[in-house]
Amino acid sequence: MAAPCVFCGPAIASRFFLGGRVTLAQGQGIWKPAAAELQAGTRSQILRLKHLTVVKTKKNVAASRPEKYTVDFIKKQIEEFNIGKRHLANMMGEDPETFTQEDIDRAIVYLFPSGLFEKQARPSMKHPDYIFPKQSAIQWGEDGRPFHFLFYTGKQSYYSLMHEAYGKFLDAEKRQNQLQAKDLQMEKTKTKDPIVSRWLIKEELEGMLAEKLSDRDYTRFIQLVERFSTLQCGAAEEEFLRRFRRSVTIQSKKQLTERLQYDEQGRAFSTSEGKRKSAKAEVVVYEHGNGKIKVNGVDHLLYFPVTQDREQLMFPFHFLDRLGKHDVNCTVSGGGRSAQAGAIRLATARALCSFVTEDEVEWMRQAGLLTTDPRVRERKKPGQEGARRKFTWKKR
Amino acid sequence: MPPPPGAWPKSLWLDFLRKATPEASQLSNRTFGSAPAPTVSKLEDRSDFNDEIINEPLKHSDFFNVKELFSVTSLFNARVHLGHKAGCRHRFMEPYIFGNRLGQDIIDLEQTAAHLQLALNFMAHVAYRKGIILFVSRNRQFTHLIENTARDCGEYAHTRYFKGGLFTNASLLFGPGVRLPDLIIFLHTLNNIFEPHVAVRDAAKMNIPTVGIVDTNCNPCLITYPIPGNDDSPPSVHLFCSLFQTTITRAKEKRRRVETLYRLQGLQAAKSQGGGCSTLSNRDGIP
Repeated sequence: MAAPCVFCGPAIASRFFLGGRVTLAQGQGIWKPAAAELQAGTRSQILRLKHLTVVKTKKNVAASRPEKYTVDFIKKQIEEFNIGKRHLANMMGEDPETFTQEDIDRAIVYLFPSGLFEKQARPSMKHPDYIFPKQSAIQWGEDGRPFHFLFYTGKQSYYSLMHEAYGKFLDAEKRQNQLQAKDLQMEKTKTKDPIVSRWLIKEELEGMLAEKLSDRDYTRFIQLVERFSTLQCGAAEEEFLRRFRRSVTIQSKKQLTERLQYDEQGRAFSTSEGKRKSAKAEVVVYEHGNGKIKVNGVDHLLYFPVTQDREQLMFPFHFLDRLGKHDVNCTVSGGGRSAQAGAIRLATARALCSFVTEDEVEWMRQAGLLTTDPRVRERKKPGQEGARRKFTWKKR
Repeated sequence: MPPPPGAWPKSLWLDFLRKATPEASQLSNRTFGSAPAPTVSKLEDRSDFNDEIINEPLKHSDFFNVKELFSVTSLFNARVHLGHKAGCRHRFMEPYIFGNRLGQDIIDLEQTAAHLQLALNFMAHVAYRKGIILFVSRNRQFTHLIENTARDCGEYAHTRYFKGGLFTNASLLFGPGVRLPDLIIFLHTLNNIFEPHVAVRDAAKMNIPTVGIVDTNCNPCLITYPIPGNDDSPPSVHLFCSLFQTTITRAKEKRRRVETLYRLQGLQAAKSQGGGCSTLSNRDGIP
């Protein structure tokens, strides 16, 4: 037969999945990669893969249910992916044995540069496990008998997990009662974990069980596991419970406290910067002082005639009960009067961190003294009078 | 030397490749080499044996001897005769009630024994014929026990929230080729709001026989083999679970033994006939 539409290219062409979702309509014969020939012992030198693109008119079928991927199909896809990976490595002139996923991504970006904005629409080559959604295989054997004893409940993995957890909980309770009866109860040594941990969230549990859960199911599970953890349990139970805990990365809110510097008289001072809208301020706070504040060489009373602005300057000191104890010297530019006041406030709060304990720094952070206000002026849009204000609406 | 691509027609090319793979060649030799005659006779023997295996227990009234597993005394000791108060009585349970003492209904254990024997016998037959047995209950006190019982028997349990349409819409919920249970055993016929469990009605709709422990406040109508008895006390439920477990394991064990027996007999018969069929088997010269 004459070779129809031969696409003499490397094997990787068949591994392209544009977009995250794939419906490899194998059954409809759109792609017919002659991969069977490829895998039959006689390999690379002979066969530059031929793709027979048989274009068929697709019938307008009503939305079919997502087709199930059989285990063989997935295995075949994985084999094809591995072969394609080796071809790609050869093409890029790299070692096929140590060709990782990052290398694949780089190679694809090099070979097929795409200017599309949507990242998922760009060409990619990923392992079939990431592309095909995880599906549970057929749950029963040849004679029709299901494999799992809780199959008929619908959520077999979730309920079997509950069953197992409850069983362990009963055993632990029984053991504790026995120890209590013999008065050998050990003190529950609650070691404070240096690394704080949390229970799994619902999505993580769903991923672990490969099943959809309802909120009620999740709550029940957490309640059971909480009760279990309050008991005194042995190493095996601890191991079992640890599977459902994840560590919480403590956000290192390490406020960068500036180091104290010392001037000629030996007085300690610290410098810091602050911003608000378009105002920038740089502030120097001296340790032992009377509470004098100088802004741009001028006393704050003259620079900020409005009480509200002066209150903003006072706020950090008032919060830490150090109202008359520090001297402040600052330079500020940009913005309006209120923005400059806010910028100075932020800068003084940051400078004061170096004079103050860690707890007080945390309190200041929670009070919002150490956060840059992110609000900036919103631009005016065409067709509107201002950023939000629309033109007067006329009925006719 | 393999031909260059495009030189051969595709069908021949594929044939060549198929033969080139070592596994395929072995398979092809095997499939085309063996003689059909002995396999046909094996199949016939198997179906005969199957019929015999299945029909043999039906000729006896108590093939599995379930009567010896319990007695009226043991039922009494397990508090199976205790029912609910007279106000909770269901109208259709009146035939099974022996009487009333201090406001509490007492179930007639003679009738219970008779029903229990019928139910256990039926259960054993179903298990012998490799049917799927599903234990259903909605009482949270005994969920763990019932699931353990089911798992130890090698059967199935459903003591959780019963999703609507589980039996009636099974092909949608589970998949196209799912097999429904062949027997449903109710340890508790009522659900947590004292209404009949949905599975009772659904099993009747799907023609699935049911065995159920019916207490004095339950409706025994739709249950094929009701067992009037107490379903609330722990000793009673423990006794029933152990009885069910014993019958099912016994029946399965019996089936396994009978199958091995027939298989051995079949092998012996084949050996004795083997001398006569030797010419047929070596037709292609391949052993």
